[in-house]
Amino acid sequence: MSWPQAAERRAGQGAADRWLAALLWAAALFSSGIVFVIVSTVAVEAIPFLREIGLTRLVSDEGWYPTYGRFQMTAMLIGSLVVAAGACVLALPAGVVSAVYLAFYAGRWSGRIYQRLLEILAGIPSVVLGFWGLTTVVPLIAKVEQPGTSLLAASFVLTLMILPTVALIAFARIAAVPDAYYRGAIGLGFSRWQAIRQVVLPAARPGIATGCILAFARALGETMAVVMVAGNIVQVPTSVFQPVRTLSANIALEVGYAMDVHRSSLFASATILVLAVLVIFAVGRWVAREDAHV
Amino acid sequence: MSEASQPLLAHRSALRRVDWSAPAVCAIPVAVVAVMAWMLGEIAWLGADKLSWTFLTEAPRNAGREGGIGPIIASTGLIVGICLATALPLAVATSVLIAEYLPAHSRTVRVMRTLLDVLAAVPSIVFGVFGYAFFALALGFGFSILSGGLTLATMILPILIGSIEQSLRAVPLDMRIAGAGLGMTRPAVIARVLLPLASPGILAGTLLGLGRALAETAALVFTSGYVARMPESLLDSGRTLSIHVFDLSMNVPGGSGPAAGTTLLLVLLLLVLNGALLWLIAIWRRRTGMSFTLTP
Repeated sequence: MSWPQAAERRAGQGAADRWLAALLWAAALFSSGIVFVIVSTVAVEAIPFLREIGLTRLVSDEGWYPTYGRFQMTAMLIGSLVVAAGACVLALPAGVVSAVYLAFYAGRWSGRIYQRLLEILAGIPSVVLGFWGLTTVVPLIAKVEQPGTSLLAASFVLTLMILPTVALIAFARIAAVPDAYYRGAIGLGFSRWQAIRQVVLPAARPGIATGCILAFARALGETMAVVMVAGNIVQVPTSVFQPVRTLSANIALEVGYAMDVHRSSLFASATILVLAVLVIFAVGRWVAREDAHV
Repeated sequence: MSEASQPLLAHRSALRRVDWSAPAVCAIPVAVVAVMAWMLGEIAWLGADKLSWTFLTEAPRNAGREGGIGPIIASTGLIVGICLATALPLAVATSVLIAEYLPAHSRTVRVMRTLLDVLAAVPSIVFGVFGYAFFALALGFGFSILSGGLTLATMILPILIGSIEQSLRAVPLDMRIAGAGLGMTRPAVIARVLLPLASPGILAGTLLGLGRALAETAALVFTSGYVARMPESLLDSGRTLSIHVFDLSMNVPGGSGPAAGTTLLLVLLLLVLNGALLWLIAIWRRRTGMSFTLTP
């Protein structure tokens, strides 16, 4: 809502208005430019690694022994993807069903309460989830198979983190589907579930997909909760009970003491991480734009 | 979908055949709520006997296994204070430009909003290594409360701008016309009329940002550092409640008792914040008749 022209012409005169506008422009350029400062700072720190080692050795080296000049990150890349995918396997269906519950099955109060609880869950710090995972979930998993800190623990904790994102976005998109779709389907003799499954969800699909894509990006970038429960051993996991180390966890574990090229390699992995998240983000945007055409 | 529209028709079809989907769909929320209750209950159970006045005021001893978290609460306050003191003026200025000076659908606004959305999507560990390279090393602030606070400020900026812009846009157009009609200049209308009217929304956004700042760990480990002493200046290192929980549970064997106490305090703080937020949003709804979107 910008100002009506006449009002703007009257109130937008004088030196005070020009000075304020100049000040606000400076602030706005600063805040919207920060993202460039962040990405370029991290990328510049990665240059020594790119120059001396190069990207191909991230794949071709034997293992991750940075102090001995071996920089293979494949295991950690796979670790990141598998942990995030594992979280999505649980969180996406549960999130979408939660949204369906909020939209069609919940009573007036139970729906409101569940929505508030999801908002609270979204705000629970990752370190709190990590602490609970470490004291409660990990020992439970250890009873099934040692050591307990594992891919499974990491994915489970991440599930709780991204479920509210999926559920709240999907709910908003389902609520935006015109009422007439659902009523029409019921009028044609569809059952409640058939109407939802075959009419409402397909209509909301691009919006829901965007929510899922954003959730995957969050899972990929999440660090502390994963560091606490994943076990952090650099290996390609062959079962869900094995420890893994993700790319972001590796940065958090090693930046504190890394020197020279090792340090630069961590900034290189941070650059890879942020670029991956931004590409996923752009895909999400693109899918959302498809939504606008419907 | 409104509640009013579905029952009549939906129930008629439900009379014809039993609706098995209801228990199946409801099982998921029940499971989610059960896991949440399990988690919060466990944290309350583990942390309740730790939480006492001495725990909140004393300094930690023996790497945090004994003593309390007094200096950690102080550092947390300072870091969050710096974060809000820098981010809030910047966010208000940016939102006022976007909402009051630029045409709503202009290209400039679209570009700025996209850049802020991208900023919001950057993972927190990347903010951490950025703050380490930029504030701690390049600007020479070292591992300090200042570095940590500034890093957090860059992180919560998009949340603040999103909610402040939303609040300004909810103030009716008439207010601007009336202000101009009374001969007020635009800066005067903004300062005396629009910002005061938008204040509940601005405060709600601030609480949202505060919650994010309190919850953060990854962005702080390499910027504000780990030191658990009482900070004497803003250039001292200081650890927040979140980092304390992380350090105790990862690096200090036998530290899970005080970690649970600190976790409980953190959760309680966030629940209080959440309650205040709901209250503000209710005020907002009564005043403007508009809903307030909490971006997940």
